[in-house]
Amino acid sequence: MLFGIALWLFTYYLLNEGLKVPLFNKIPGPVEVITEFFSRDPIWGTSIYTPDFHTNIYVSLQRIFIAFCIATGIGVPLGLFMGWSKTFKDYTFPILETLRPIPILAWVPLAIVMFSGFETPVIFLATLASLFVTTLNTLLGVDSIDESYFRAAHCLGSKPRHVFWHVVVPGSMPFIFTGLQISIGVAWFSLVAAEMISGDFGLGYMIMDSYMVNKYVSMVMAMITLGFVGWITSAMVRIAGNRMMQWRVRALALEGR
Amino acid sequence: MTSSATKGAISIRNVTKIYDPEGVNVMAVDDCSLEIASGEVCMIVGPSGCGKTTLLNAIAGFHSVTKGEIYLDGDLLCGPTKPLAEQGADRVVVFQNGALFPWKTLIDNVAYGPIVQGIMSKSEANEKAADMLAEAGLGDVGKKFPGEVSSGMARRAEIVRALINDPKVLLLDEPYRAMDALTKSIMHESLLEVYDRTKVTIFFITHDLEEAIFLGDRVVVMTTRPAKTKKIVDVNIPRPRSYKTLSSEEFRLLVQEAKEAVHEEAIKAFEAGERELA
Repeated sequence: MLFGIALWLFTYYLLNEGLKVPLFNKIPGPVEVITEFFSRDPIWGTSIYTPDFHTNIYVSLQRIFIAFCIATGIGVPLGLFMGWSKTFKDYTFPILETLRPIPILAWVPLAIVMFSGFETPVIFLATLASLFVTTLNTLLGVDSIDESYFRAAHCLGSKPRHVFWHVVVPGSMPFIFTGLQISIGVAWFSLVAAEMISGDFGLGYMIMDSYMVNKYVSMVMAMITLGFVGWITSAMVRIAGNRMMQWRVRALALEGR
Repeated sequence: MTSSATKGAISIRNVTKIYDPEGVNVMAVDDCSLEIASGEVCMIVGPSGCGKTTLLNAIAGFHSVTKGEIYLDGDLLCGPTKPLAEQGADRVVVFQNGALFPWKTLIDNVAYGPIVQGIMSKSEANEKAADMLAEAGLGDVGKKFPGEVSSGMARRAEIVRALINDPKVLLLDEPYRAMDALTKSIMHESLLEVYDRTKVTIFFITHDLEEAIFLGDRVVVMTTRPAKTKKIVDVNIPRPRSYKTLSSEEFRLLVQEAKEAVHEEAIKAFEAGERELA
């Protein structure tokens, strides 16, 4: 993995500072960015030692956390019920499928009109994007459960609530967690988009703000930070998933995966 | 353990099942009657897609019947007034591809039935499950998940999961289909051992004639779709049986007798070339 990172950094260096490809003329090179990143006295005013950098990360993380929790809290039960009850699905699926294809950027004006302040619209947009992904994946998760598990549960004397808790919920877990990983990615994506338009602090705001005042080094720093933080949050979801699905981890391990 | 010896008689009376996918009637079972005594091992053999599983599904309550009735110990399971039998732990199914819950350990799988039926507390059920698994030679793997044990062990655990409910009937739908011959013979002996101990009625669907004769009291050969009983072969080989039975002359003759009946139907089914029905 380290070698992979080094390789990419080297490619970046080569394209930018080594070969001086015209496309990268205005883009700061890796040496410049890294020096600035770890500088106690940054030329452009932002590095890992300056409090505004921390604030931006913290604010974005907090927004992601809230949005992800709301989206998961609503999306998972919604998807489970949709998968479990045909009637419930008949009522909810059309609206979900109509709203889902609307790009998150198209929601921005509505969010600004509906909610006051900076914070709520931004969180709303990230939540919304996440919610669709989580709900749909959970629904697919329930659909993916083999019919024989339902039959087995029934002939062992289950009541509907047992089927729900012992078959529907655990059976859809693998899909739910795949969904949650995508969903946290989508949350970051739409959060940054929202921050760029109507934010106050946050990594997306930092990218846009740096761009406006031609601080390209800070802009690239924010982008790299964003990628890195996004990766960590996604890994956290994956770890949580593996903890909750030991049965799957162990079975896959035996298959050599 | 003798509690199930006096129960579990199934009476299938003139059962017809018509599927209606996209408005085209497909008759899966036609006017089929069969009496299964309590404590009998009844093997159902027939060509692929002939409607054997349809009968099992009707008994288990997964599918309705179109005509006819099925009784269990004289009580109506399904009939004209009630096409779909209620599903219950008195008739537990062991599925073709195995249906242990992969997210539960073997112990939790086995303990599941008594817990959800509310007849045992969680700790009682776990204790009983561990005991029964140990009895079936699975004492060491009780805390493992189904994905971590061999398919033979998983299938055996699935039978234990059925037996813990003290069912009247065990419904097996080609449970050993995907297994190699060696594993299969081990599974057969363990099933015979279970049967000799519990005398539970067994309704067993299979393609494998030798399996049918080795395990069964009677082998019911079904016709190709729509399914009817074509021939019933009585297997009078004394129990307990062991793998030595397999090489006896008696066994060989019975296999031959059944093979002729099945072969005829297999050819008909092949020529009809129809897709298998569930």
